[in-house]
Amino acid sequence: MKPPSNQKSKLTKRTDWLILAIAVLTGVVLLLIFPEKQEIAGITARRIATEMFTIFPAVLILMGLFAVWVSKETVMQFLGENSGLKGIALALFFGALPTGPLYIAFPLAAGLHQKGASLGNIAIFLTAWACIKLPQELVELQFLGVRFMLVRLGLTILAAVIMGMIIDKIVQADHFPDNKSRENIL
Amino acid sequence: MNNTTVFINLFAVAGLIISLLLDKQKTDQALKMALKSFPKILPQVLLIILLIGMLMSFLTSTVISNLLGKQSGIFGILLTALLGAVMHIPSIVAFPLAASLLEKGASVMAIATFITTLTMIGIVTLPLEIKELGKKFAFWRNGLSFILAILVGLLMGVVL
Repeated sequence: MKPPSNQKSKLTKRTDWLILAIAVLTGVVLLLIFPEKQEIAGITARRIATEMFTIFPAVLILMGLFAVWVSKETVMQFLGENSGLKGIALALFFGALPTGPLYIAFPLAAGLHQKGASLGNIAIFLTAWACIKLPQELVELQFLGVRFMLVRLGLTILAAVIMGMIIDKIVQADHFPDNKSRENIL
Repeated sequence: MNNTTVFINLFAVAGLIISLLLDKQKTDQALKMALKSFPKILPQVLLIILLIGMLMSFLTSTVISNLLGKQSGIFGILLTALLGAVMHIPSIVAFPLAASLLEKGASVMAIATFITTLTMIGIVTLPLEIKELGKKFAFWRNGLSFILAILVGLLMGVVL
């Protein structure tokens, strides 16, 4: 089965452009009413635009490369069979490799659980997937600096591991839905 | 161009060269994916550039530091935590927004909390998470994320 239908992503795309158009219009009107704000708005927007467009192509290329080279099969193979410290480390590592959007991660995580990965490690995997992607860290480095990025990265990893430990204790496996459609997705 | 910009671009070029040496087909596929995601993310990038331009010219430092600065205390942190939890914007466009707010007097705690809940908690993806992993798991993962994200933010404020 294909990931959630194309139709929907097309609709989201159109909504994004519509929101942008409305925002641009609002911005233009506001700046015409308050012409004294034009200079700062222009300077700021130009500076941010330069910073963003000089790194985005590279970030997108890195995401594409990781998606192609780290397959779902590799993740399944390593994560399904390992537990303990090794399991935690692998969950963090594979979660942090940018292999795709979050809607791929959920069915993948469900499949991993069936293969034997603990719920705690799945929580760690999902947190890493959502929060500590390598290209995103590079963007954080660019805009917020090395100290901010490294300290937040360290604390996020710690938070992920703590969450995994708590979820292992609290959530029992029998609360999992036995979802047949999962096999079709994977 | 600062050092980080150069580093990121060199990293991408090196990755491309290595990938090309190993497998041309896979490299083509990766480039195609990158090309396809560009127009997808473009409206959000343009929107955030506009938003930052407007915020920086219309909001004074006093307003921002009252809302999100150190003196806003726990209110500012809860506000950013909630905003981050319900918003659905890619983190790569959130970083420049966060940096601009910091420049204008928002506290490290509030901003770090915002980025962390933004990425850790997904209200939009919650139905899918429940479907695949169960209500109890989804509830605990997102709930714990909210608390832990605030803790991460508070600690960031102490460390930095």
